[in-house]
Amino acid sequence: MLKFFRGKKGFQLFGLLSPGALWILLFFNLPILIVLFISLVERGRAGGIKLPPEYTIDNYSQFFNACSSQFAGPECDPFLYVGIFGHSVRIGLIVTLWCILLGYPLSYFISKQKQIWRDALMILVIIPFWTNFLVRTYALKQVLATEGLLNSFLMNLNLINQPLDLLFNEFAVVVGLIYGYLPFAILPMYASIEKFDHTLMEAAADLGAPPRRAFWRVMLPMTLPGVVAALVLVFVPVVGAFITPDIMGGGKVEMIGTLINRQFGVARNWPFGSSMSLILMLLVLIGVVLYFRSSTEETRRAM
Amino acid sequence: MANEFAVEMQDVLKQFVTPEGGILAAVNHVTMQIKDGEFFSLLGPSGCGKTTSLRMIAGFELPTDGKIFIRGKEMSQVPAFQRPVNTVFQQYALFPHMTVEQNIQFGLEMKGVPRAERSRRVSEALEMVRLPGMEMRKPKQLSGGQQQRIALARALINKPEVLLLDEPLGALDLKLRKEMQLELKTLQREVGITFIYVTHDQEEALTMSDRIAVMSKGLALQIGAPEEIYERPATKFVADFIGETNFLDGSVKGQNGTTVEVDLPGTGIVFVESSRKFTNGQAVSVAARPEKLSLNNEIKDGNNLKGRVEEVIYIGTDTHYGVRFAGSHKARVREQNISQAHKEIAKTGDEVTVSFTRTSPRLLTE
Repeated sequence: MLKFFRGKKGFQLFGLLSPGALWILLFFNLPILIVLFISLVERGRAGGIKLPPEYTIDNYSQFFNACSSQFAGPECDPFLYVGIFGHSVRIGLIVTLWCILLGYPLSYFISKQKQIWRDALMILVIIPFWTNFLVRTYALKQVLATEGLLNSFLMNLNLINQPLDLLFNEFAVVVGLIYGYLPFAILPMYASIEKFDHTLMEAAADLGAPPRRAFWRVMLPMTLPGVVAALVLVFVPVVGAFITPDIMGGGKVEMIGTLINRQFGVARNWPFGSSMSLILMLLVLIGVVLYFRSSTEETRRAM
Repeated sequence: MANEFAVEMQDVLKQFVTPEGGILAAVNHVTMQIKDGEFFSLLGPSGCGKTTSLRMIAGFELPTDGKIFIRGKEMSQVPAFQRPVNTVFQQYALFPHMTVEQNIQFGLEMKGVPRAERSRRVSEALEMVRLPGMEMRKPKQLSGGQQQRIALARALINKPEVLLLDEPLGALDLKLRKEMQLELKTLQREVGITFIYVTHDQEEALTMSDRIAVMSKGLALQIGAPEEIYERPATKFVADFIGETNFLDGSVKGQNGTTVEVDLPGTGIVFVESSRKFTNGQAVSVAARPEKLSLNNEIKDGNNLKGRVEEVIYIGTDTHYGVRFAGSHKARVREQNISQAHKEIAKTGDEVTVSFTRTSPRLLTE
């Protein structure tokens, strides 16, 4: 690799690459090592770590057995944290599935429009990005609130007698996450579907395939790279989300993100927060590696 | 409905809404019958309605009005996947994510043919298109000509009543195209399936077809055997589109039985045999092929017109002479260069006589 940087061209290349490389090294790679370090030492009384550092793997064993903590009460559930992880993964899968189910037909519809309409519709998909995520989530909270827009609307139509409990539960969190991450699903799927040659669907019909079979055998496999990209782009941030579960769940829905967030806040347990961050990272890494292993060259390029 | 027709279009109309909001008849009340086992070409410039006609037979478009019969059964509104026809697409439309074998057996799979029979028939189909052993390749790994043959095998393996081909040779280079023309023709004779072939290449249509429908602006102007269309074009468009034609515009001066006297203003009077009835003074065009005119070789009882050579173009097998007559008429004369010591019959600026028989030109009014 070093022979890349030999000679005058190599010198220029080095000059061009080093700021970016240095940035990633200093602010991405090095911090992970710091997190790893913190996860392996004992906590300090008021947050931070105990000084001088004392090494321990308790922060990891605590994750797999919540009762191993010195603060654990007699009625503790050893799988408390593993359960929260599992719950987060479940919410992640539900949200991802809905984003794909909602986003795919929409992407297909947009791709079938004339060029000018396609551009306009894609801008409409992207525009919400320009509004602050927090503002959007609070706005959605107002829609779902007990005295909110949706409940008032349904009450006025006499469809319901008393307000529905739409907020501060898992439903609200899932709706909030779908709302927030749908564009991340639409963009890669649209890119795949837009490139898809619709003559292939005619060819399938010509060979006797009814529309549904033609979709499963031809269109879906050919646009799968976009679907998989959407899956990764939605699932990874959703599993670690903490703002949406916090606001929409009102502290009643615990996810990995809120759990980790709390360790660095009120719980003042940096080492445990760090160990869970790394476990989450490992989980995502395993998922992505499995995906890359099973995927073809084409799927990888779509990422 | 008589069963001798593989496909019959009855007064078929297909209208599209244009981007400007108008209505365009891509196919304007077309009626044609395609016989069983025939190699039938739809020929015309782009936008003439030939591809739309083919797509309506395939079922990709539904006619606005009129009826389409396939083997005597009305199919006008039947979806594509239920029609007993198969298509070879212009850009082949092979499924890129499947192997050659998966591509070719797709139609059989949809019909529920057992796996063992499918793979046997795939090898047969590959033999037929002379690409044995290619089962495991991906379409991307094949050349354009090979992809073309796979597309053909994928369609023919289903033993369709009619095979539809949409400019299938358009993407190939000239030499390969000529080879494939012959191969397609041979293949069609072997399998005995009706081929409907869309092309804008008049030479291709003449070479391959049993019959040709010449289309323009949504209309089928003339349907007939290649020879008929070339020798007896029905309209000026057909005469001009198929081969090369000189049009000498004039008016009818008189008719004596089948002999029509035409006045070409300034150039002279010519006599042309025609079975049609004309009225005196009617505007007509004398349409004569360049190879049917001769230079300085007067024909007794024929037409002999004086003119001046404006250009001489030597193209190897032939020499073309551009001649201008006394009126505003111009004509191109083609002389074959038969003798080895080829000598120009005339040079630019020479006074010449252009001669043709009374039977060789056509009198066309539209």
